[in-house]
Amino acid sequence: MTAERQKHLAVLVAIWGALVFAPYWMPLFGGYTALGSRVLVLGLGAMAVNFLLGFTGVLSFGHAAWFGLGAYACGLTLKFVASSTPLGLVAGTLVGGVAGGLLGALLVRRRGIYFAMVTIAFGQVFYYIAFQWLSVTGGDDGLRGFARQPLDFKLFRIDLLHNDVYFYYFVLVCFALAVGIMAFILRSPFGRTMIAIRENERRARFLGIQIELHIWIAFTLSCFFMAFAGALYALVNNFADPRMLHYSLSGDFIIMAVMGGMRTFWGPLLGAIVFVVLQDYLSSVTVNWMSFIGILIVLIVLFFPRGVLGLLRQRRTA
Amino acid sequence: MSKDLLGRPVPRRTVLKAGLAIGAVQVASPFVLQARGEEPIKIGFDDPLTGTYAAPGKNEQIGCELAVDQINAKNGILGRKIELLSEDSTSGDAGTAVQKARKLIERDNVSFLIGNVNSALSQAMAQVSNEKGVLHIVPGGHTDPITGVDCKWNVFRVCNTTRMEANAVCSLLFKTYGKKWHFITPDYAFGHTLFQGCEADLKKLGGTVTGNELTPLGTTDFSAYLIKARAANPDVLLVLVQGNDMVNCLKQISQFGIEKQIHVAGTQQELESVEAMPPEARVGVWMFEWYWKQAAGTPSLDRFIADIRKRTGGKVPTARNWFGYVTIHAYALACEKAKSIEAKAVAKALADMELPPEIKLQPNKVYFRGGDHQLMLSAFVGELLHQGDGDPENLFKVNSIVAGDAIAPSVAETGCKMQMPA
Amino acid sequence: MLELIFFNVTNGLIIGAFYALMAIGLSLILNLSGVINFAHGGFLVIGGYLAYVLTPYLGFWGALLVAPFLTALIGFAVERLLIRRIYGRDPLYGLLLTFGLAFIIEDGTRQIWGANGLPVSVPPALMSALSSEFFFITGYRMFMVATVAVVVALLFVLLRYTRFGVRIRAGTLDLETVAALGVNVRALRSLNFAVGIFLAGLAGVLAGGQLGLEPTMGDGLLMPSFIAIIVGGVGSLTGTLIGGLLIGVASGLTAVVFPSASEAVIYIMMALVLLLRPRGLLGEEGMLT
Repeated sequence: MTAERQKHLAVLVAIWGALVFAPYWMPLFGGYTALGSRVLVLGLGAMAVNFLLGFTGVLSFGHAAWFGLGAYACGLTLKFVASSTPLGLVAGTLVGGVAGGLLGALLVRRRGIYFAMVTIAFGQVFYYIAFQWLSVTGGDDGLRGFARQPLDFKLFRIDLLHNDVYFYYFVLVCFALAVGIMAFILRSPFGRTMIAIRENERRARFLGIQIELHIWIAFTLSCFFMAFAGALYALVNNFADPRMLHYSLSGDFIIMAVMGGMRTFWGPLLGAIVFVVLQDYLSSVTVNWMSFIGILIVLIVLFFPRGVLGLLRQRRTA
Repeated sequence: MSKDLLGRPVPRRTVLKAGLAIGAVQVASPFVLQARGEEPIKIGFDDPLTGTYAAPGKNEQIGCELAVDQINAKNGILGRKIELLSEDSTSGDAGTAVQKARKLIERDNVSFLIGNVNSALSQAMAQVSNEKGVLHIVPGGHTDPITGVDCKWNVFRVCNTTRMEANAVCSLLFKTYGKKWHFITPDYAFGHTLFQGCEADLKKLGGTVTGNELTPLGTTDFSAYLIKARAANPDVLLVLVQGNDMVNCLKQISQFGIEKQIHVAGTQQELESVEAMPPEARVGVWMFEWYWKQAAGTPSLDRFIADIRKRTGGKVPTARNWFGYVTIHAYALACEKAKSIEAKAVAKALADMELPPEIKLQPNKVYFRGGDHQLMLSAFVGELLHQGDGDPENLFKVNSIVAGDAIAPSVAETGCKMQMPA
Repeated sequence: MLELIFFNVTNGLIIGAFYALMAIGLSLILNLSGVINFAHGGFLVIGGYLAYVLTPYLGFWGALLVAPFLTALIGFAVERLLIRRIYGRDPLYGLLLTFGLAFIIEDGTRQIWGANGLPVSVPPALMSALSSEFFFITGYRMFMVATVAVVVALLFVLLRYTRFGVRIRAGTLDLETVAALGVNVRALRSLNFAVGIFLAGLAGVLAGGQLGLEPTMGDGLLMPSFIAIIVGGVGSLTGTLIGGLLIGVASGLTAVVFPSASEAVIYIMMALVLLLRPRGLLGEEGMLT
């Protein structure tokens, strides 16, 4: 047991160590700081999708909607309300999360592909609204004219806009906060219940667990995490556009989660690293990057359905 | 980015090479230092190579590559070779386009950024290039604000604004075809500004708009809009949609036989789209931003056509090829003029710079306007041909080549307030 | 206005027939294999390009007959090599596998035929319209609708009166029992998949006459087809047919009344159906939950 603990601790130290020192070791391998920020944000998105998919067993194919809502709300706040980065993040998280929670209440009785399709439907409606509502969202041109603001601590200011390394650490702190909360929830009795529902919904129901309520809460929490990631993404790009709400982005998040290992906590982050970095690298080298990504997806599905982390874990227990 | 001993950034490839040859470096370090002095000038190309806009993006890339090879054959810029680093921005994902721009600027240290075909992506990239103070030319994104209300000291544009496109064809259409117009407009910023331009011109001429069908980007079936348009009984049907939508729309117009009852026309037309249409769909009056078959051919035009053919498997150059070609050459000329590759100096040199004949490849004066950084390029106004007129590759009959400054609104009208940094 | 609405209902039915053709293929695969085929649009594009390649040799009509069979052959091979390995797993994996396939197909077609669209003409005999008033009912569009009608009719005969068809229908309801009765389920699924892809290929050939043939041609057609299945009811091919026609009419009418929503309307329809009557118009209760 203690050996297990130690191992667990060592893994955690390795993960956080790698993340903290990323701006220093990434350039040696052809990386750059802005890529690190993007990976963290998309990784958080994939973890949020997986919070629902991997731990509750519910597949949402429209989660990009909450990601995009978070991004737009953050951008609009920075543009029209107040030039404060934290306020933008809070606004984005609240708008996306609350919208997700309200609509989630309508769909908790659906399962399987019905759940996936109804989330696509909701997501696409938001996508078309963002596309059409020019006066607010900027339509297809996207929402511009805002930028991340310096953090003002009275004694000193941190310039997030021009210094990519500072911004990376800002994203990392936000990421750590969200991931910490996520881990806390999953360890709580509520998190255990989520897993029970995933494993056997009928049995959980016989045990007197209110399935719909639990799925709704898990969905809503997942939407809040998603919206937070979206708000951060708006800051990464200083930009928000309708594509952030589109179902194809939801598909990307699911691929990241499965690629890394959807039954594991850190898998989606690993999946995001593989997916984003590989895409970034391949698309500089060859125009045919889509084929390589496609082949990778096919191989993962056929041979490593538990994802990279799932595979490692299997080896260890075997 | 790693730094070398003098604090200058070292590109990744050099680091890798250095790592592989670490022994050799120690023995022969003076040689390495000398080699670094001749490091090429890097140019970042961030344009769609996959998705809906892959065809125009690829053609801009081909134009860029041609110019790069020509310049390198003549000893480069200021004696340094140039290197084009291409990245796929995707056709619609601003997040990726922005990321690629950061990658080119932050990691690869490009001195100059090119992109994008998509207006929205162009504007997103312009934010990054401006924030980083890197010179940026938009080769083919048309929406007005880029050289209008959102103009920036470091951003220039080669292709037309939508307002220029409207001005190029409207009075001709009005004179030849009549005064009741119906529009099929793509429902995003590019379409809206293009429609507003045409509408303003039409009102000035005393005509009326019978209706405007806003069609979503990626519309496959235009029949519902065409039914409405025909019911309104206009003199002219203006098709403002672009790319694949244009192909779909014109194909369906010709199948419905609408062009036999109503004059079909539009503003911007591109060879990429025309080549994708069957002969019967090639109808109407349009403008090209550049066209290869000109009445007054020149040796440099012939050479350009021959050079492009070599790179496209024998196809004639399109306006997109020309955009890429002009973009690189304009940058090279400005660097030589400024005797520097420093962004502010090059931007100053580019403003009001006139393109020489072997670059502009057309009769009128072509120059970057200092006030808004918009290239004053001509509009090639004419008619599409069902079949090549004696030449199967010639799909467009140019009636007139209108000079850019005759159709461009004044700098004050564009809303651009150019501010150079101190 | 009344005439405009009448026109658009007719027009919507024509478009809907096309969606139905794609949706029925998707539906066949979903019902028997439980795979949500995201690569269906890709197979449609393959069908279109194959027809383009064959036309100079076989003419339009020859290509129309042969290209869908070749597409089906490719589909058959893909099923044998890849798809069958994920049967019985969570539907998520089928969805992701075909998502990856769609990437490969888009890139492959672009590599082979280029990013620029290719010109496709329809035979002159099909160019003329019904009358100058009904100009939108062209020979080609009538031909499309007729093809869809014939194919759907043939398919229903196949499913109802042949042994193969009866097995597919039985397998849709209860695959385990069918297998227990000694039916070679693996072969059944392969053939069924090929039939579904045949319909995608046919849709691709037909679409090439109306749309620009380029690698992303199938993108905009996939989601409406899924929606047709959901609205009509999963498990019911008749439902899928009706679903296709319905969304065609709905988007056509919305384009007249409120154009900004002409795309969103079909998603709203799907959301309403899923919330109020999740089994769709004609679907079975509890299919694929």
